[in-house]
Amino acid sequence: MKKKKSKNYKIGATITGVLLFFILVGLFWTPYDPDAMDNASKLAGVSFSHIMGCDNFGRDIFSRVLEGSKITLFVAVGTVAIGTLCGIVVGAFTGYYGGIVDELFMRINDALFAFPSILLGLVFISLLGSGKYNVIVALGVAFIPSFARIVRSEFIRCKNMDYVKSAKLAGAGDLRIMFVHILPNVMTVLSSSIMIGFNNAVLAEAGMSYLGIGVQPPDASLGRMLSEAQTYLFSAPGFALFPGIVLILMVLGFSLLAEGIKEGAGYA
Amino acid sequence: MKYFIKKLAGLLVTLLVVSFLVFAAFAVIPGDPATAMLGTEATPERVEALREELGLNAPVFVRYVGWAADFVRGDFGTSYRYNMSVKEMIQDKVPVTLTLTAMSFCMIVLIAIPLGLVCARHAGGWLDRSVIVINQIIMAVPAFFSGILITLVFGLILHFFVPGDYVSYQTNLPRFLGYMFFPAVAIALPKAAMAVKLLRTSVLAQMKLDYVRTAYSRGNATREVLYRHVLKNAMIPVVTFLGMALADMIAGSIIIEQVFNIPGMGRILLTSISNRDYPVVEAVIVCIAFLVIIINFIVDLIYQAIDPRITFE
Repeated sequence: MKKKKSKNYKIGATITGVLLFFILVGLFWTPYDPDAMDNASKLAGVSFSHIMGCDNFGRDIFSRVLEGSKITLFVAVGTVAIGTLCGIVVGAFTGYYGGIVDELFMRINDALFAFPSILLGLVFISLLGSGKYNVIVALGVAFIPSFARIVRSEFIRCKNMDYVKSAKLAGAGDLRIMFVHILPNVMTVLSSSIMIGFNNAVLAEAGMSYLGIGVQPPDASLGRMLSEAQTYLFSAPGFALFPGIVLILMVLGFSLLAEGIKEGAGYA
Repeated sequence: MKYFIKKLAGLLVTLLVVSFLVFAAFAVIPGDPATAMLGTEATPERVEALREELGLNAPVFVRYVGWAADFVRGDFGTSYRYNMSVKEMIQDKVPVTLTLTAMSFCMIVLIAIPLGLVCARHAGGWLDRSVIVINQIIMAVPAFFSGILITLVFGLILHFFVPGDYVSYQTNLPRFLGYMFFPAVAIALPKAAMAVKLLRTSVLAQMKLDYVRTAYSRGNATREVLYRHVLKNAMIPVVTFLGMALADMIAGSIIIEQVFNIPGMGRILLTSISNRDYPVVEAVIVCIAFLVIIINFIVDLIYQAIDPRITFE
């Protein structure tokens, strides 16, 4: 029987698809050079030539939004990749073997968990300095505990199941059991946490760039554009509104997708 | 009582681990504070003397013990940059951030619990359906962007408040609270939306259980079943969420303070990060982390009060 995709899933997929399409187009073509300044069109409003208007340096906002979403997405993907990969390794080993190492890791994990991810990100940024690669590392590390926790509890649940026992009897090694047998069974649970993690990464990156300690110029970032726009809020509201709306759509798309996946897996 | 003691022990261990991790992180950092304080033209002898004076030559663990002992006594060290005690720098900032968090927390509780209950009671109705849609959108709006929108709509267009016109709580308390209202709303919105959603789902799940049927069969009205029986059980996941949200909100206020130009803990953290003023960064981060851990501890206790079956594994 073919599973019917939920409404959430469809709307989420549509929003994300459209955004990804624009970002993909933006990789190869933007209407203007995102960094090109034009004195004549400073803070220009919405028009046919600049569909989202221009910022305080006369740069085309639409081009910058494309550029900024690209970087925001890049940071989010990198962050989630680091968080998931390390989280899987830590969670798999601690959950599968248990014992003193598990106890130790979980204590550290608890301690790290006490930090809201943005705060942990701030700690790392103050250690490493700002810039997009450092943001990825900082947020990536900050995300490890939550992924490790999920993977660990799933591994604990799975490690005494029959299929694991029979794999053991068939002579499979620990590593094979962990990553070939158990891991695929964890993926459904993990995939919706990845979506949620993705959202948190987008929000955290935007927040950090807004504070001026994330992505650094000349790189455009949605968060950074918002902080630049705040000064011109009254004279050029579009400058703040458009990047903000794109940010909201990005998060909305992914959270609807996450919910759709959860409903599909039947544990919403 | 045993539960309490075990939880308390866990709390102390976590506090130690957290503070040690933060301390160690700042101890291994490249860049020498002594060189930073004296400038690049200082002689190696002077740098060495200052290192000795600041106690930077001892092993990390010894330095940690000294630092932790001072910290417990309320001595948070001295700012490298301003040469004044960190405690003095942050003590009047803490109430600002705490007020902001407390106000938004009250808003969440006051909005989310009644709204969640009403939605669950009329599940599938027009109110419920529109709340679900609005919720989904609000959850996707980052707090700092709603802060910007609020500034635009209520500040610049409707003139309900003057953006940037912050008044310290020491000069004028009512005006201070008035100014904090909109920032608190910005922080509260996404969390309130999540809480409504969670409570609604939780109540609906409880309504299917046997004890609810029993309560109905004994002649209770929906209202009574909902408030006297279901609410308490449905609150457990919500309390967990509120605890986590509270922790998040303390950290989130760092950003909101920036949006609304409020000089709280967040502001001082950011300036200290860009000044590389590590004693201040360290102290602020440890303070926030401690607040978070203590909140989690209190949540665990509330848990047990709601559901005495929960014990420490």
